[in-house]
Amino acid sequence: MRTVNSVNLLIGGAAGQGIDTMVYVLERSLMRTGYHSFTLRDYMSRVRGGHNFMQVRFGSAPVHTHDETPDLILCLNPETETLHRDALRPGGLIVTEGPAADSVPGRLSLPVKATTAAVGNPRTAGTVWLGALMHLLDLPLAPAEAMLSQIFGNSMLGQFNLKALAAGYALTSPQLRVPLPEAAAAPRMLISGNEALAFGALAAGMNFYVAYPMTPSTSIMTFLTRHTHATRTLVEQAEDEISAVHMAIGASFAGARAMTGTSGGGFSLMVEALGFAGIAEIPLVVADIQRPGPATGLPTRTEQSDLRFVVSASHGEFPRMVMALRDPADAYTQTQRAFRIAEDLQLPVILLGDQYLADSTVTLPAFSLPETPPPLPGARTFEGAGEDYRRYALTPEGISPRLIPGDIPGALVTADSDEHEDTGLITESSATRIAQMDKRMNKMKRLEALLEEPAYTGADNPETVLLTWGSTGVIAREAVETLVSRGEPVGMLCFGDIWPLPAATLHKLALSVKHWVAVEQNATGQLASLVREVTGIEAGTRILKYDGRPFSPDEIIRRLKGADA
Amino acid sequence: MPGFKTRETAWCPGCGDHVILSALQEVLEDSGLSPHQVLLTGGIGQAAKTPQYLTANAFCGLHGRALPPAVAASLVNPGLKVIIDTGDGDAYGEGGNHFLHQIRRNADITHFVHNNQIYGLTKGQASPTTDAGHVTEAQPDGSLLPSLNTLMVALAAGAGFVARSFSGDKAHLKKMMTAALAHPGYALLDILQPCVSFNKVNTLKWYQERIYDLQDAGHSTSDFSGALEATRQWGDRIPVGIFYESHQPTYAQRHPLLNTGLSLAHDQRPVAPLAAIMEKEFM
Repeated sequence: MRTVNSVNLLIGGAAGQGIDTMVYVLERSLMRTGYHSFTLRDYMSRVRGGHNFMQVRFGSAPVHTHDETPDLILCLNPETETLHRDALRPGGLIVTEGPAADSVPGRLSLPVKATTAAVGNPRTAGTVWLGALMHLLDLPLAPAEAMLSQIFGNSMLGQFNLKALAAGYALTSPQLRVPLPEAAAAPRMLISGNEALAFGALAAGMNFYVAYPMTPSTSIMTFLTRHTHATRTLVEQAEDEISAVHMAIGASFAGARAMTGTSGGGFSLMVEALGFAGIAEIPLVVADIQRPGPATGLPTRTEQSDLRFVVSASHGEFPRMVMALRDPADAYTQTQRAFRIAEDLQLPVILLGDQYLADSTVTLPAFSLPETPPPLPGARTFEGAGEDYRRYALTPEGISPRLIPGDIPGALVTADSDEHEDTGLITESSATRIAQMDKRMNKMKRLEALLEEPAYTGADNPETVLLTWGSTGVIAREAVETLVSRGEPVGMLCFGDIWPLPAATLHKLALSVKHWVAVEQNATGQLASLVREVTGIEAGTRILKYDGRPFSPDEIIRRLKGADA
Repeated sequence: MPGFKTRETAWCPGCGDHVILSALQEVLEDSGLSPHQVLLTGGIGQAAKTPQYLTANAFCGLHGRALPPAVAASLVNPGLKVIIDTGDGDAYGEGGNHFLHQIRRNADITHFVHNNQIYGLTKGQASPTTDAGHVTEAQPDGSLLPSLNTLMVALAAGAGFVARSFSGDKAHLKKMMTAALAHPGYALLDILQPCVSFNKVNTLKWYQERIYDLQDAGHSTSDFSGALEATRQWGDRIPVGIFYESHQPTYAQRHPLLNTGLSLAHDQRPVAPLAAIMEKEFM
């Protein structure tokens, strides 16, 4: 048995073979045993068959991203071995289905089918694999037993699964061992990007979520639906994305804290409404969980190609904010901030996620929860007689007083997609147009004062700085940390707030940095072009990836060194 | 408390919208509601300007999109009486998908469709309810499409209140508006009206010569088959009145969260459930 600091597992099979449940139990068992983990989910756009795989990387220290090189490949179907064996780390292990006698060094053959027959239920194959895997990794079974009991209850199937876990465990012996962290960790959790976003929305007091299902955003809706009653949150499935965004806008106008979520295709349908929220000054939070486009693209895969689109989406000019979510902890925090800013400044805020962030799960310290509920949108009142209320009044602070219709007798609340007087009534007056436009566009200045600069990681005096945004930053950070540990003068920026673009750090670094390298999951370098537009800084090198698969830290290092991939 | 007042409009003299606005003002004035309790919504078009011309809360959105925000506003703030005033192009054309599916939702909203069988704001192109053969600048050979039988569509989608009235008969119009507003759930009132500028076919006189009252003819509002049959009458004889009414539970009444009368707009929920969710989902 070898002892290592971390292990990278690849578990592959066809859709419908139970990999989801198996990894669900494995990840939680690892967390409850005390390990840190990160799981990458790679799946095809089909419900049965095909080839899906997950990579579970776990260790005694925090793990933030995946690793392209598996130490152990668990092949639930023969295709997994064919597709992935070349990636195996030297000295690694392939585990496959077959008679035990077929085992050779480096390739373990397990009679899983025969074992399920002995257990008495062919549907327990996933659990037999899990038991075998846990013994190979010298993991205690108790957490997995508890999870299975929780999932299946006291049913016959539950009994079969417990039996299958033990039977799988008996098939193998320990091969790899990761020492447990010495200190017992503070309360921890296992969470995906979409779950963190949805939970952040609940923490922000959101109580109306409306969407049309679209991969990879749908899990936000399903998560929230599970908690409708406990949180008194209305979750609605609309007839299309146009309806979804308009329902969110209508609900926000009427006093709910509202949000919609989609992927790029659905966002394309929402675009006209975005400008409406802008001119009508209705707080709106929209999540665009990106996937490769254009059109249907690669529906279940990852990309960061909507940036230039969302910063300019919709005709006309209006203020908006765009935040790229970097990791689940960031998604939780920034989603709450998005609601605050949308309400304080009465404008649309767009959250940009992607499939990699949406579906990957990671162990994190438990989130700190708000101590008191955020005030209701209707808590903002109007000082004065209701009859004097003007929804679009010009005020010294530049923000018109927002009221919820129905709350104050005499006060009539309006929303108008036409240019309007302070009453909300249509106007074509030049002076009013200029005054209302200036009021709205001045919010961009207020936004600039609220911006958070991109996080810097790396050498103290970098010659080369990587420009990244969103989830790519987490992957690039591991690459940069590796390079810095080798003494290389490399650093990186990862943008979260991305529109308006925070430029102070860029300008400061520009005084000394020699090479800027854009690292982005798209074909054109969209952040690089935005940075050039705003600051004049040119990223001379662009490391771009648009095959729908996430970068790995090693790939970034290789391509930085001039290799192709 | 000031009542419902009308404002100066930008409509053509002789437009049916004037009567509809006046009828709505009088019906609301008699309703016992205060202006701040009423939310008028519209999309885009001449009819959709109605919310601009009456002193109530007003949500003037985008073309075709009157229904979704109206439904959402009513779901999250049930204290508001939500009324949509919009035209045939907005409701049945650009907003067609919302028309189908928001009817199915049966939120407690009242939908007044000012149906002049033409696009007025864009100056005279065919609308979904323009009769086949109607010649316009954009359809010089006459509209080649049959008009959409929108009342039949509403019945097929499950609407619990489907009625038609006519801007040329204000007393009937007020009666129908009052009945629609009293109906719990989605209520559709299609209001035939002349467009004096762009529809030279379906004039005030044209309608007056053809219209008859379904209720006078003995049609029962609970007769669904009779209602379907009545929606097929068009041409020499055009029925107005309540085609069909049935009391179905509203969306809020069916919804396990909303059926307590919860107003999400006023619901200060505690943070306590978050800790339990975090533990259950993630730990």
